[in-house]
Amino acid sequence: MQEFLELLGNVVPSLLQGTVVTLQLAAVSLALGVAIGLPAGLGRVYGPRWLQRVIGVYITVFQGTPLLIQLFMVYYGLPDVGITFSRFAAAYLTLGLNSGAYQAEYLRGALQSVGEGQMTAARAIGMSKGQAIRSIILPQALRLVLPTWSNEAIAMLKYTAVVFLIAVPDLMGQAKIMAAKYFAPIAIYMIVAVFYLVLVGIAYLILRQVERRAQIPGLTGEVE
Amino acid sequence: MDILQNLLTTLEFIIQGLWITVWVTVVALVVGLVFGVLTALMRVYGNRFWRQVATVYSVVIRAVPVVVIIFILFFVIAEYVNLSPFLAGSLALGFASGAYQSEIFRGALQAVPAGQMTAARAIGMSKVQAIWSIVLPQALRLALPAWGNEATLVLKDSTLVFVVGVPEILRRTQQVSARTNEPFIAFGAAMLLYLGLTLLTTQFLGWVERRYRLQM
Repeated sequence: MQEFLELLGNVVPSLLQGTVVTLQLAAVSLALGVAIGLPAGLGRVYGPRWLQRVIGVYITVFQGTPLLIQLFMVYYGLPDVGITFSRFAAAYLTLGLNSGAYQAEYLRGALQSVGEGQMTAARAIGMSKGQAIRSIILPQALRLVLPTWSNEAIAMLKYTAVVFLIAVPDLMGQAKIMAAKYFAPIAIYMIVAVFYLVLVGIAYLILRQVERRAQIPGLTGEVE
Repeated sequence: MDILQNLLTTLEFIIQGLWITVWVTVVALVVGLVFGVLTALMRVYGNRFWRQVATVYSVVIRAVPVVVIIFILFFVIAEYVNLSPFLAGSLALGFASGAYQSEIFRGALQAVPAGQMTAARAIGMSKVQAIWSIVLPQALRLALPAWGNEATLVLKDSTLVFVVGVPEILRRTQQVSARTNEPFIAFGAAMLLYLGLTLLTTQFLGWVERRYRLQM
């Protein structure tokens, strides 16, 4: 026990540093994912045929291949053709593009579950298609997509754990360094598991509050 | 043409890792299926103690990144038994997948109407008999779409056993890229291979789903 407490004292400061990096990665990647997923989801539903197809390919590629290979492609593969990123930039970009593909699909589902009559009605009172999407369809779709989106946010916290493989010093990266330094891999990875557990737990509680706030009152199922 | 030639040679080398990827996925899915179904049964039909054990397993494992679980189990397993990285990695991945599958099967078990159990008991079946021959066969079929989704996730997560040194697609790719010094082609080939693999898996699972769908 004494030994464990000593180890804990030694590793916690580094792990906390790693936690900050993990949170930063998750936050930036999610924001990037929204910035990509929102227009991609809209384009997939309302864009011209060719744009729908391009976005479809983007989604298939990023959902059909493992995140880790995408990460290695961006960090090791792209410099080969002259596009070089720093570790952090590669991590943000890969996680953001990956999340964007999933978020686009979730948004598409939400957009399509807003009843078609809404669009017809908006057009009938003289709105343009763009106006109708912006002020009628999208506000409802965003509230519908929130529960799925908050699952994605929690998943993102966990997905960030692979970036230590390109030597980003996130929680898992620090754990690996500590495990080698103190020769106690099992104890240290267990401590790290508890860190993730707490992070995910807190994120879950916060997002549930947000969801409750943004819920469309009395709504279950399709928006007519 | 040079690039195409390169791509083909690269693919040829990486494909030797394909079978390992497939086997890791299959072993992990089967291990996960056993853990998932057992813990789902514990959560739906178990007494308070077993219900809590199964719930803690599912909630805790799902809150921790798969790669962390693989590391922990890999070192724990290495401490006690001498397993190959392949087996240790697949078991760890399966243990993690079991937590997600537990949720899937719990949902499916609860979706089988309660009247089925009552009717089975009424004609004299024991609770275990009723679960085994009435509820479970239906639940497994109800779980198929979600389970298929999990199967493709495990296929993609199987790259994570790369961290414990299993020579699957990703490790092979890294070896090629180190040897040829052409990482773009190497990882490009790996992406194509995975894309084919996931598309094939989705097609196959779609077929299985249509074949075994329940009309309820």
